[in-house]
Amino acid sequence: MLEVPLLLLPAARFQLETFNLKLETLFMAATELDVKYVANLARIALTPDEEKKLGAQLGNILGYIEKLRELDVSNVEPTAHAVPMVNVTRADEIRPSLSHEDALRNAPRQANGLFIVPKVVE
Amino acid sequence: MLNQLTISELAAKLLHRKVSSREAMQACLDQIARVDGTIHAFISHNAADALAQADAADKQIASGVIKPLLGVPIAIKDVLAVKGQPLNCASKILGNFTSTYDATAIEKLKAAGAIIFGRCNMDEFAMGSSTENSAFGVTRNPWDTSRIPGGSSGGSAAAVAADECIASLGTDTGGSIRQPAALCGVVGMKPTYGRISRYGLVAFASSLDQIGPFTKDVRDSAILLGAMSGVDPRDSTSVPQPVPDYTKALTGNVRGLKIGLPKEYMIGGLDAEVKAAVDTAVKKFTELGAEIVEISLPHTDYAVAVYYIIATAEASSNLARFDGIRYGARIEGNDPLELYSKTRGAGFGDEVKRRIILGTYVLSSGYHDAYYLQAQKVRTLIRNDFLKAFETVDAIITPTTPTAAFKIGEKSGDPLQMYLSDIFTISCNLAGIPGISVPCGFTKNPKLPIGLQLLGKPFGEETMLRLAHAYEQATAWQREKPPL
Repeated sequence: MLEVPLLLLPAARFQLETFNLKLETLFMAATELDVKYVANLARIALTPDEEKKLGAQLGNILGYIEKLRELDVSNVEPTAHAVPMVNVTRADEIRPSLSHEDALRNAPRQANGLFIVPKVVE
Repeated sequence: MLNQLTISELAAKLLHRKVSSREAMQACLDQIARVDGTIHAFISHNAADALAQADAADKQIASGVIKPLLGVPIAIKDVLAVKGQPLNCASKILGNFTSTYDATAIEKLKAAGAIIFGRCNMDEFAMGSSTENSAFGVTRNPWDTSRIPGGSSGGSAAAVAADECIASLGTDTGGSIRQPAALCGVVGMKPTYGRISRYGLVAFASSLDQIGPFTKDVRDSAILLGAMSGVDPRDSTSVPQPVPDYTKALTGNVRGLKIGLPKEYMIGGLDAEVKAAVDTAVKKFTELGAEIVEISLPHTDYAVAVYYIIATAEASSNLARFDGIRYGARIEGNDPLELYSKTRGAGFGDEVKRRIILGTYVLSSGYHDAYYLQAQKVRTLIRNDFLKAFETVDAIITPTTPTAAFKIGEKSGDPLQMYLSDIFTISCNLAGIPGISVPCGFTKNPKLPIGLQLLGKPFGEETMLRLAHAYEQATAWQREKPPL
């Protein structure tokens, strides 16, 4: 019923190791919402208390949204936008945009006109 | 009391130099000083800046400039960018963020002469139905301060109800304008998706979000809709549809219009007093010459489930930008991943975390088709229900909410119960159609406002406003003021 084909790809394995997750954890996630795993995908650090509370609440909400499976929608097209607008383009020309200074105005850390981030490569 | 005036009343007085914009602005500031310690409709406001804008408007008026909103104070939900003003989305994660540009809707209101002031409280990132999910404290309902004002635009609704401003702006993703308008006894409108540009609106669910006005009557709603509508090259989902003078639609004549009454909306969970008020309103429309037709929206029961998949999925993607790198608060980490996780863990509140995690889950590998795609398909069925109904009726009438305002804390521990309080407003966003809530009575004890919802065809705001205005003229519920 639920497939996790990406798990078989080397890139996904690499990601798994990066997140320090075991394969079993993921297969568990295939049958119920593993809050720890999904929070990691969403880049949100949770306290153990939050994990517990969220798990129960999300279980409740997921139980409710299961009702959508009652409907046969095999011949229905999905709606992404209620007022479909496709291929909205403009002329490819340079126009005024946010200045360098304004773009950096709200940065938590900056220097030399750049955002400062933790070291990414050795 | 100048702060109690509507836009059209104040604009007329300003035009004829009966009052100054400074006097009107000062009256709003005095009311804020008097009541906002209790109501807390505003996260912040800059009185000096507001008065400077008023003085500038007075100068223009004195030199004979005529603009539709010249000198009219309008308060703004803390999710819309106003150049030079703070923008927090009622969240800790934005830190000391200050907007570097104006949202298109704000730009248009400024061009029409409005004074743009104050940051109205809201549920964090517009996620909630009670304004209890704000990192800046709860907002209280002006009609009963032990109760919630609704949400997510609770501050904008309370500010208008308490006469702390002449009108305000909110945003509506699943009812966040109409529901608080109903619970605070003011007029709140969500326009058709694409009617008003979303540029400069911090995105929650991009396929559902719309900006709209909170006003003291329907005429003001028409005025602000006209001032903000129109296609915008900076929002590719804004629709190139002509913008009429919406006030021209307010003829008072609704004879022969057909209004659909969906049978699915008159069942379980609907409070008896709310039902009675809506039944009476339906009768009033018959007296006014409109024809009431029973209709069916068979997929109504699935709307909340569809909404909480689509809205959270879009939110999980939109809120990825709050990562502590380019703006807002940051908690340092040894590597970027740790920085993101710590910043987001500390910066987002409970409801936002809940929705991002749910949205991430329904989009994750292996679950996308079962949840997200399924929800998008059911969304088609919900939209088709409305389009089919609109083949025979000109508008649809429903209660705005199943109950009047609930107590602070009553539903905050049970997210699902909170979600279900939006049951009558959510379908409108999924279908992309316009909706308006107008006051239609009060509960007896305690006295709390009840809202009537009118839904229109896509870009059918004129007919919707005509009906709402005719009803308002025949009843005048909107003139009642809260005991402050």
